Amino acid sequence: MAFEREDLNLEATELRLGLPGTDQDQSKEKKTPPGVKTNKRALAADVNEGDEFQSNANSDIKKRGQETAPPSKSQVVGWPPVRSYRKNCFQAKKTETEASGIYVKISMDGAPYLRKMDVKVYKGYSELLRSMEDMFKIKVGDYCEREGYSGSEYVPTYEDKDGDWMLVGDVPWEMFITSCKRLRIMKSSEARGLGCAV
Amino acid sequence: MREDPVSEMSEDDDRSPPSDLGGPASVTVSSNKTRNCTGVCGSGSSSIEFQAPYPDQVLENVLESVLYFLTSRRDRSAASLVCKSWYRAEALTRSELFIGNCYAVSPRRATRRFTRVRSMSIKGKPRFADFNLMPTNWGAYFTPWVAAMAKAYPWLEKVYLKRMSVSDDDLALLSESFPGFKELVLVCCEGFGTSGLAVVASKCRQLRVLDLIESEVMDDDVDWISFFPESQIYLESLTFDCVECHVNFEALEKLVIRSPSLKKLRLNRLVSIGQLYRLMIRAPQLTHLGTGSFSTLEVNAQGEQEPDYISAFSASKSLVCLSGFRDIWSDYLPAIYPVCANLTNLNFSYANINPDQLKSVICYCGNLQIFWVLDSICDEGLQAVAAKCKELRELRVFPVDPSEDAEGPVSEVGLQAISEGCRNLQSILYFCQRMTNAAVIAMSKNCPDLVVFRLCIMGRLRPDHLTGEPMDEGFGAIVRNCKKLTRLAVSGLLTDRAFGYIGKYGKLVRTLSVAFAGDSDMGLKYVLEGCPKLEKLEIRDSPFGDAALSSGLHHYYNMRFLWMSSCKLSRQGCREIARALPHLVVEVMKTDLEAEVGDYVETLYMYRSLEGPRDDTPQSVEIL
Repeated sequence: MAFEREDLNLEATELRLGLPGTDQDQSKEKKTPPGVKTNKRALAADVNEGDEFQSNANSDIKKRGQETAPPSKSQVVGWPPVRSYRKNCFQAKKTETEASGIYVKISMDGAPYLRKMDVKVYKGYSELLRSMEDMFKIKVGDYCEREGYSGSEYVPTYEDKDGDWMLVGDVPWEMFITSCKRLRIMKSSEARGLGCAV
Repeated sequence: MREDPVSEMSEDDDRSPPSDLGGPASVTVSSNKTRNCTGVCGSGSSSIEFQAPYPDQVLENVLESVLYFLTSRRDRSAASLVCKSWYRAEALTRSELFIGNCYAVSPRRATRRFTRVRSMSIKGKPRFADFNLMPTNWGAYFTPWVAAMAKAYPWLEKVYLKRMSVSDDDLALLSESFPGFKELVLVCCEGFGTSGLAVVASKCRQLRVLDLIESEVMDDDVDWISFFPESQIYLESLTFDCVECHVNFEALEKLVIRSPSLKKLRLNRLVSIGQLYRLMIRAPQLTHLGTGSFSTLEVNAQGEQEPDYISAFSASKSLVCLSGFRDIWSDYLPAIYPVCANLTNLNFSYANINPDQLKSVICYCGNLQIFWVLDSICDEGLQAVAAKCKELRELRVFPVDPSEDAEGPVSEVGLQAISEGCRNLQSILYFCQRMTNAAVIAMSKNCPDLVVFRLCIMGRLRPDHLTGEPMDEGFGAIVRNCKKLTRLAVSGLLTDRAFGYIGKYGKLVRTLSVAFAGDSDMGLKYVLEGCPKLEKLEIRDSPFGDAALSSGLHHYYNMRFLWMSSCKLSRQGCREIARALPHLVVEVMKTDLEAEVGDYVETLYMYRSLEGPRDDTPQSVEIL
């Protein structure tokens, strides 16, 4: 690598979105604007000279004292060259999901209509299962790794990101709530050999 | 996707900006032809302006009649240089005025020379402003322009702005000043809000086109959609996919119902698929559709039947361009199958879909020419595109995770496949993490028609991941083999050798983007000395210094601009350029306002101008 950076002290002159003098743990760390961006018009008084390099969104978010975690990766301003609008779209989606809950459709074989649940509100599988039992007035029992939900009349399954139907309980909870797209309570008679096309 | 608004206004082709890529000439050109000619026989001027009589009146009238048909602005510039008479005639007949840099010429000068303009296109900030590399209040204000236009061009019909700062007051003045106003297109603009849109909607009674593309629109809590006139309207195109606030859906539906000419409708991501359905059945004549979220935003009412989306798409027999899919639920993807065969333009660049989902759609898209997509489709998805889309002209692959440490699901495998399957490719933008020279070389040979080649290897300074070599040979092959290449963006580990190739072979290159590349001043010298057509050069974080900068003195007046940030420039070096070239505006920008004015130049932005230094600079900008 022929380009030496040390002599130029680029860190000191680095373009950043933070205020001058803010502490950075890593060189070239940039405060990525947290996902949720409001485009409400900022009052003129709020945008002062020192904030020239901050977008309105940033100022708003700072004022609201966002708890969103700073990025863990070190990044350079404006690199890769993707417009902030596009960058924010996917970050916004992630944060919106975190803030507002993850609603998934849940169906039960034989029931006349579907319901929707916010899986975000549960801390783990047992809470989810109890809630499902309550909603549909059924019993699914408890998950066991070897045999799933043996003995119960109903088996909870879910469709994951890849479109596959999986048994609820196999993967860690966090992975489940991000990959679960919809839930289906199957009759155990149908649930044999889960992993085949349903 | 809209027809590539980003390159719509690039100078990759000579023509004045068409409103459709590759499509027929825009409204203004046709108005060019239908307007009254002054008549070959020279009898009585039908124009409003007073013309002093002079001996060559007849000749000049003939000339004007001929010049009406000249649309290319390069040709027009050439014609205007022939002699005074031609200069005058050309100035009188130019109805579409394109200002590539709003600071290169003043509104006053422009409106004085060209007195019969119907269509104005103005570009403001340089492209790197999109990536937070410029202060937000840098400039490019529309205000002085609209003020001058309001006085000079009462018959103005069209305004196209890119990267300008536009205020609500500007929009209000625009709406009041031009009774025949028809088209407003704002690309990458900011500074206005829904209140400005409301004024435009209510006062521009002849409005046909209102397109807001990748612009930042403030939410003033104004229901702008309701401000369109109650009577039937002429609206042909309405694009608001970048507007991040709710629109009144009932008002929108009524608007669509009373707009029989509506051909292009691009909804924002706050419109649900259910609402999309209702609009689609009202407007089966649409040719361009932005679908909004393409998902259900609220909890489904119990037992409610979902609308038959497939039938709505089946009924839209004229659809050729599809975009949106902002929060796509893949369940709904099959709804678009009926229109795929007719699509020439598909924008999936906000749709986080996997390879299988993409394949399920692309297998129907044999006529696709423009395709924007996310790298979530992986190399596998690109292979499917290569297999099916033989007519592909333009491909853009954006990253779902635009960071240097991203996994990067696409690689040289996808690029190679595309090069083999899509031989007619003209334009490519490809974000990836792994690339090889071999794949780039293959593309240079398989796709000889390439005009735009932009490769972004997101991790900085990454070499060919199989050989460990710099990416010099790949880019070298591109400039050598692609004889029509006018736009190039390089990335990865690059030595001066790469720039040597560009200087040697890139004789038609007009736009060059460089980041984290090169070893020494020689790199920049090769380019400045070797590329006679170079107009826009943007460089960041590369080791080019004052000596390299001076090597371009012979050429800077022929360029639109030069941008160099985080390079090795000093104030002294920049000042020398400013002294040597009085018609160049040399702007030096810094982030930290408190820092001492040292010798190091963080950001240099320089451009030719007839006006000298501007007077609207913020504190962070200094003009040398």
